Amino acid sequence: MTESTYRIQGGTGEWEVVIGLEVHAQITSESKLFSGASTEFGAEPNTQVSLVDAAMPGMLPTLNAECVRQAVRTGLAIDAQINKYSRFDRKNYFYADLPQGYQISQLYHPIVGEGVIQISLDEKDPDAHGKVIGVERIHIEQDAGKLMHDQHPTMSYVDLNRCGVALMEIVSKPDMTSPKEAAAYVRKLRSILRYVGSCDGNMEQGSMRADVNVSVRKPGGELGTRTETKNVNSMRFIQAVIEYEAQRQVDVIEDGGTVVQETRLFDPDKGETRSMRSKEDAHDYRYFPDPDLLPLELEDDFIFDCKASLPELPDEKRARYKNVLGLSAYNAAVLTAEHETALWFEELLETTDEPEKIASSAANWVTSELFGALNRMGLSIENSPVSPAQAAELLGLVADGTISGKIAKQVFEIMLETGDGAKKIVEEQGLKQESDTGAIEKVIADVMAANEDKVAQYRDGKDKLFGFFVGQTMKAMQGKANPQVVNELLKKTLG
Amino acid sequence: MSIDKETVKKIASLSRIAITEAEADAFVPELNQILGWVEQLGEVDCSKVEPMTAVIPNKLRLREDVVTDGAIRDKILANAPVAEHGFFAVPKVIE
Repeated sequence: MTESTYRIQGGTGEWEVVIGLEVHAQITSESKLFSGASTEFGAEPNTQVSLVDAAMPGMLPTLNAECVRQAVRTGLAIDAQINKYSRFDRKNYFYADLPQGYQISQLYHPIVGEGVIQISLDEKDPDAHGKVIGVERIHIEQDAGKLMHDQHPTMSYVDLNRCGVALMEIVSKPDMTSPKEAAAYVRKLRSILRYVGSCDGNMEQGSMRADVNVSVRKPGGELGTRTETKNVNSMRFIQAVIEYEAQRQVDVIEDGGTVVQETRLFDPDKGETRSMRSKEDAHDYRYFPDPDLLPLELEDDFIFDCKASLPELPDEKRARYKNVLGLSAYNAAVLTAEHETALWFEELLETTDEPEKIASSAANWVTSELFGALNRMGLSIENSPVSPAQAAELLGLVADGTISGKIAKQVFEIMLETGDGAKKIVEEQGLKQESDTGAIEKVIADVMAANEDKVAQYRDGKDKLFGFFVGQTMKAMQGKANPQVVNELLKKTLG
Repeated sequence: MSIDKETVKKIASLSRIAITEAEADAFVPELNQILGWVEQLGEVDCSKVEPMTAVIPNKLRLREDVVTDGAIRDKILANAPVAEHGFFAVPKVIE
């Protein structure tokens, strides 16, 4: 792929960048990983905290079955090995957002082993620039609470609502070599998680964030020392971190220094990373098996049911749109990137018995007209003012020649404004296309009579005038004439 | 396995336990004695024995995913040395 040539130009020559990502994805669940407190976003501080989450003495964790199910489904969606035996370990550290003094995680025996994610650098034609990124493992762990530093001059405020919410940590192999690849990986992972329904992928609300591991080396050389930049919460920032860190590390090495393995923090305002000194002991977590929790053992039936519950995933869906429905590579890619879009499109196709027949025109309409309108109104497809059934009605009118494509745009605008159905609008506003040859012939005769000189010129070989006659005829019929019929009749009459 | 004074100080610091130099000196032999005692277990070959996770045959029990807890902010904050506006308030920790 072309991007494998991403290089940092240093004083001593070119440098290659090696990137691995640890993505923390909040598992979609009603209650927390080990307690019955709610996970709902945006509640008043500390109102969604149980005594378990606050780590009161004597409290015991009880594992949420749904979180296990969603982690297994996610693993199956990336063709990963599911570990029928996994365990929980304590990761020990002190911080004000972690009342237990340890995070319950899975170091030694994660629930999901190696898998793969197919990425692409060309969203418009994913098959053209594909690459496979390995996933090392997925494990389940608890989220920490939230600290607010700007509410008081000398105090930090702690809200434990997030504390104990279930996360999946999805650890990639160091298989990425450019900021664009890293972004493509996160985009694809997010799409898969949303299809599976195991995470809402909402980066603004912190449902997905990444720890970005970066190192540099001379092309093909030994792996360099990596740094880990924590909690990067947007696609753009992930790329910025990689660009900044790679350049910084090259500068350090070329100035005769050595890269220190450390935890860093990204400052979005300055666009740079800096060392987190407080985490200098960060890798000294003194993990040990959590004595409060027995090993997690999965039955074959359970794994089978998880597999059976998976929807058609983006890669399969895209292939089907292309090969079975006959869509262009671009349309297939755009319509399957988001699960909601694909569902909307499929609902539209379901209105007909022969989806292959309308698939291409429907796909074009969705990706141009509908997306254009939604974009303009700042709406997502779930909130589209026009339903798939209404869209099908509109497209049906174009397909059977009742209205022209041009009039369809006009009708669509009215649908968006009024919420009325396409048929009703066409009836009421008299937008029906005129396909009656008699009526059109009559108008053509009038046009020719009014432009005898041009008729003569055309017959003398000035072919370009044909468009003029089409225009005049359409104009006389307020754009409602069937353009195909107009063309045919004009050709016949003009001779 | 043997522990030196530096390790004792590091463990104390990771555990947020303040110890004096004299205490650190005293802990070195104490911890080494404990470790030596535990290390006797290494004399038994248990490479073919499954690790025991519970003394009675028992399985991990799972919960249904329903909200059964929370909305007890007063209880949660009851023991906090300082709480303001529904938050715990702690000395400022900022990067």
